[in-house]
Formats: sequence, structure tokens, C-alpha cells
Amino acid sequence: MTAGCNAGRALPVMLPLPEALRRPAAPPPIRLSLSHGIALAGFVMLTALAADAAGVAAPRAGVLAVLVRWSPLLLRGFGFNILISFMSMAIGTIVGAFLGLGLVSLRRAVRTIAWALTQFFRNAPWLVLLFFMIYMLPFQIQIGPVSLSLPDWVKAVIGLALPVMANVSEIVRGGVQSIHPGQWEAAESLGFTRTQQLWQIVLPQCVKRMIPPWMNLYAILTMATTLASIVGVNEIVTLASQVQAAEGGRTDLLAPLYGYVLLLFFIYSYPIARLTQRLERRYAVRI
Amino acid sequence: MSRGFDPPTGWTQDQPLVAIDDVHKAFGEVEVLKGIGFDVCKGEVACIIGPSGAGKSTLIRCVNALVPFQKGSIKVLGIEVNDPHLDKLRLRKHVGMVFQQYNLFPHRTALQNVMMAPILVLKRPRTEVEAEAYALLKKVRLEGKEKAYPGEMSGGQQQRVAIARSLAMHPDLMLFDEVTAALDPETVKEVLLAIRQLAEEGMTCILVTHEMSFAREVASHIYFTDRGVIVEHGPPAEFFSAPRDARTRAFLSQIL
Amino acid sequence: MHGIALWFRHLHETTGINLTIAYDPFDRARFLRGFLVTLELSAISILGSVLVGIVGAWLQGSRLRWTRRFVQGYIQLFRNTPPLVQMFFFYFGLSVLMPTVKNRFGMQQPLIGGFAWASISLIFFAGAFNVEIFRSGIEAIPSSTIEAAEALGYTRLQTYIHVVLPLATRVCLPALTNNLVNLIKTTTLAYAIAVPELLYVSNQIWSDSVNVPVMMVVLFIIYIALVGLLVAAMNAWERALRRPGLGT
Repeated sequence: MTAGCNAGRALPVMLPLPEALRRPAAPPPIRLSLSHGIALAGFVMLTALAADAAGVAAPRAGVLAVLVRWSPLLLRGFGFNILISFMSMAIGTIVGAFLGLGLVSLRRAVRTIAWALTQFFRNAPWLVLLFFMIYMLPFQIQIGPVSLSLPDWVKAVIGLALPVMANVSEIVRGGVQSIHPGQWEAAESLGFTRTQQLWQIVLPQCVKRMIPPWMNLYAILTMATTLASIVGVNEIVTLASQVQAAEGGRTDLLAPLYGYVLLLFFIYSYPIARLTQRLERRYAVRI
Repeated sequence: MSRGFDPPTGWTQDQPLVAIDDVHKAFGEVEVLKGIGFDVCKGEVACIIGPSGAGKSTLIRCVNALVPFQKGSIKVLGIEVNDPHLDKLRLRKHVGMVFQQYNLFPHRTALQNVMMAPILVLKRPRTEVEAEAYALLKKVRLEGKEKAYPGEMSGGQQQRVAIARSLAMHPDLMLFDEVTAALDPETVKEVLLAIRQLAEEGMTCILVTHEMSFAREVASHIYFTDRGVIVEHGPPAEFFSAPRDARTRAFLSQIL
Repeated sequence: MHGIALWFRHLHETTGINLTIAYDPFDRARFLRGFLVTLELSAISILGSVLVGIVGAWLQGSRLRWTRRFVQGYIQLFRNTPPLVQMFFFYFGLSVLMPTVKNRFGMQQPLIGGFAWASISLIFFAGAFNVEIFRSGIEAIPSSTIEAAEALGYTRLQTYIHVVLPLATRVCLPALTNNLVNLIKTTTLAYAIAVPELLYVSNQIWSDSVNVPVMMVVLFIIYIALVGLLVAAMNAWERALRRPGLGT
């Protein structure tokens, strides 16, 4: 360690030498071309694509005009994605919170069951869970005299809520375990019951810390709502392909259409990601 | 109801308040306590000293039923603490505990830290508890700090809040687990002062400590533990001036 | 082998548990092929995305502002958009612009097929997360260590390969494991562009044999086993990398 410290302190004096040695040995142009090659490849593909699309489209309706014309429909579809995400998040959070409390239960049986459920739904692919719900839930359920029909989008909401539930459960467990065991001990020695220890002492301290990962999960869920298109829900990705069909199946429309969808998600999700990062930094400092 | 001294299970004043008998405790393969036993009578201050890793903190946690042990018995006011069917709440109304790391609740002010347990556990009326909490904080010389959060106080101040928090439960026995070990030297004094005051008022205490001069002043009895057993014990004057065991002498020569 | 097939046929007739992949050679063959495609897709995208992560994290330490901005833009773009739409964008949008070649039947065939596009899009998607993960590992390294290496005359690349990366890897392994687990789960998206991976062939099988519940259970078991295998491997790696006094 002392060697490291000495080296660190000696560095200002030493710097010019290695700096001078480094330059001829690895000339920046080589590194530049390498790094920018990869970087530019992606960028050129995008721009070339846009230009190409515009060029091909010239005799027919402009790509931009098509996008503008169908925007109301596409935006409505996107709204549906957001609605699905809200509902799945609400269901998943409520059920998942209880599951997470099950993970820190003192009863071994409760812990084991909660653990198995959490692991199962966390490690199964989202798309498989979605298929599972679509096929396994009946299209109608009878509750007493009332018969409730379950359209595909409701099944999708439930299918997406399952992995959310498992991840919320892990977030709750992680939050609770991030609290110093001394807090439990102190509360216990003051005579608090287990429930009081959890609700009065531990949870108030860790709820704040759970918010960033929870928001992160929400962003992931929002992305996953597009999976509903695979099982036939009329959300934005489904609508995008319908728009392409309605425009006579022009292949040059595909990239702009999907690019448009990407953009919508980016506009919605990026601010959430930035906020999450800010909160993460703010809450990470305290032990 | 909490005011009055309510001795459970036919305990009488002439019996030891804490009776520790042949306690064995192992964490997996590692045996930490190998048959420790002693009594603490009402109004006594027992000091446990010894090198780190000797099981002192574990013993004090056993007394408060925070950790179970494999063999032996600890009776506090006649309540057997290692009984799996023990009503822990009944025990903890009588036992207060202060930790090395204070363990204040960081999301609550000093005053709220003191008030929480009497209100939530003992279900006492808030106004009564609040008046008492102010008095307790004053007693540990923290007047004016009532609204401060633990994060805004020095270690010594936090530790005195922790003492007040325990006293709010009107315990008959106070456990102190190396309460000054994490503190800056200059704040140690004020914490020791609060403990001494308690001892002088006749509070029964068990202290684990490294503060030898303090132990000498306040203790009624010193227990020196090493590797899970009590090596030597006696009243402080005798213990410090004429230690009989070689291990005790070696330990004291290192510390003093 | 024949006995086992007979037993599963019997199981079907008596209990209705129709595990066609156990007794029907055709179903078994396509199921195995699907399983292999999933394995291959997972392996390629894991290796590719880790490489992207390592290279990207290095570029992020570049002194050129535009290189750093470009990497940052890439990360944000791929982290904040749905992987499914990314895959569609690549497969439907970009493949139109790619050259085609004549196959052996004289038909025009895209140069880059569904499997390749799926791999590319998964590598880009998971790679964006990996860059962030490696960068957070790099940030955890005390600057004095890097200064020490520079003071010894290491170039930036040498410092990165011999000092920074080995230390950062140890720090970021748990997060990396997490992301790679997600990647394995995300390979199922290739279903949407008709890559015959596990979910796709399972769908074919349950469409033919109407045995959805049975195949679902099989799918869950296989994916959870794959994830378990990866986690075990990563944990073993983490243990192997452990050095006294480094981390916990």
C-alpha cells in the first residue's frame, strides 16, 4: 500500500516521462480508428437508413407524412402499453410486497414457500410466463352469478404482473436485509413485537432505499409490455405492423415505424431512468 | 401498572435478581461460553471484563434472550429466559439494554426514540410518556436535543439517548454492552457519568466494559472471563490490587 | 430407449400427460434442435455482450469527449427502449437494406438471417447494460492503484487489461451474473422473428399435439435449469477469482 501511496504522490513529477513514452508507442490515430469504427458503423447504418428510406419513398407518400398520418393511432397504442404497465405494476407490487415479507418471516415454512415462488417467477422468461397465462387462464371466469370475461389484454396484465411480483419480493427482502441487525436487536430488547419491529423500525428506514430498484423494475416492465404484441394484444407494436400493412406492405416503412416506436419508449423511459439514478445516488450514501 | 415494581413468579427481594448458572453457548462448532455462572443481587453493579472474543457480549445477549443457549439456566426475577415458550415481552419490560453501536432508530428524533416503546409496547398515554421523556433526556444532560435526529448527534450524545430510551421502560435491570467502545475519548466521560448516576441511584446493572478505572469505581463485583469461562472474580479493590490468576495479571498489565 | 418411449406413450394413454418429445422421434428431434439453438444463441450473445461491455467501458474512459458521448448515447438508447422493438428494427428494418445472396436453390436469401439478427440485437441490448456494469466496477478501483500502474510506465491499454479489468471484474461479477441471467431469459424474444429456438419449437409442438400445460412445465424446468447452471458457473468463477484482502 505504501508503494501505491508513494507512487501516487510521486506521479506529478513522473508524469511527463510515461506520457512521452506512451505517445509514440501507441499513437492515438490507431486507437481512434478502432473505437470510432465501431461507433460510426452503428451511426452510419442509422443515417444511411433514413436517407435510403427517404430516397425510395420519393415517388410515393413521404415516410414522414405516413408517420404523421398514423401518429394518433400509434400514440393511442402506446397509451395502452402505459396502461398495461400501470396495472401490472400495481398488482405485482402489492402481491410482491407480501411475498417479500414472507421471505423475511421467522417461520421457516412461510420463508420456504415465499422463496420458491420468488425464485420461480424471477428466473422464468417473461415471454414464457406471458404465454403461460394466455393459455392457462380461461377466457371467462364465473364468480357466483357474475361471469367475467378475460380478454387477452387482461391475461397479459396478469402474465406481466407475475415477474414483477417476484422482483418486488426480492427488492423488499434486499431492503429489509440492508438494515443493520442492531436495529432489530434494539427494537426487540425494547419489547417491540416482530410486527412492530418490522413496521415501526425497519420498513420506515428501508422503503426509501427500495424506490430506485422499484423504479428500475417499472422501466423494465414498460419495455416488456411490447411482448403483449406477440400474444395478440393491440398495443403499439401490433399497430405498427398493421400500419405497415395498411400502407401496402412497403418494406421501407419498417425501419422508420419501429424507429418511431423506439423513440416513443425512449422519451417515456429516459427521464425515469435519470430520476432513478439521482435517487440511487442520494440514498446510496447512507449505510 | 408499569410504575409499580411487579415481581413475577414469586420472586422475592432476598433472591438474586439475576441468577446465571452453568451457561453453555456454541455458534456451530465454536463454543463461546463454557459453563459460566454467577448471581447479581438487586442494586448490585456487576462488571464483566476480559479480552475480546471471550464471549462477554454473547453472555449479556443471553441474559436478554436475544440469543438462545444450549445448556444451563439464566433466571431474571425468577423468569427462565431460555424457555422456548417464554413471553419475551414480559422479560423485556424488566430488562433494559444499551448497545455498543447505540442502535438508535435513525428515522426518529431523540425524543421519539425515547417515547416509542412506552407508547407502542406498554400502551401508555402519549402526554404522560412525553413529559417523562423530556425528564429522562434532561437527566442524561441532553436538554435542548429533543428534536435532533441521531445523525445530527455525536456518538456520546446518541449513547445517552439510548440510555434514556431504555430507562423509559422502567427496567429493573440494565445491561450495558461495551457502550463506550465505539466512542471518541472526549465523549466517553459524559456517558460514564450517566451510568454512574444510575448505579448510585441503586439500579441493578451488568456491564461489559474495557474501562478499567470506571469498573473499579462503580462495580460491586468484577468478573474476569477468558475463553468462555470465569477465570477470576471479586470485589474491585481486591481484584485489581491482588489478582491471583496468571491470566488476569497478564490481562491487567496490558490494559493498565 | 424404446422402453422409455413406450412408458411415456403409456403415461399419455393412462394419465393424459402427453410428453410427445419423449416418445415421438419427430417432436424429440425438433425439440432438441430448438434447445441447441437456444444454447447457441445464449452462448454467442453472452460472449458478444461481455466483449461489448469490456470495450465500451474502455472507450468510456477515453480522453475524447465525442467517444465518451457516443458510448453514453449507445447505452441510453439501448437501455431505454424495448428489446423486442430493437430486434424488429434490426430484423425488419435493417435487413431490407442488407444485400441478399443466391442460395443453392437459386432463391434470393438475406445475407444475415434471423438467427444472426437475433444475436446482434441481443448483443447490443445486453452489451449496453454490461458497459454500465463494468464502468461501475472500474469506478470502485482506487485511483492510486491506477496511478501506480501509470507511474510504472504502463500504457492506458496495458493498465486497463492488466490492472483495471481484473480488479473491476471482481467487483462487478454479481451485477454481471444478474444481467447475463436476464440475457438468457431474453433469448426467447427471438421467437418473434421466427428463429427456431426453444420457445418457438415448443409452440409448434403444442400446436400440433395440444399439450400446452405439459410443454409449459418442460419450458419452465429447462429455463430455470439453464439460469441455475449459469449462476453456478459464475459463482464458481467468482470463487476462483477471490484473493485474500480483496473485497469480501
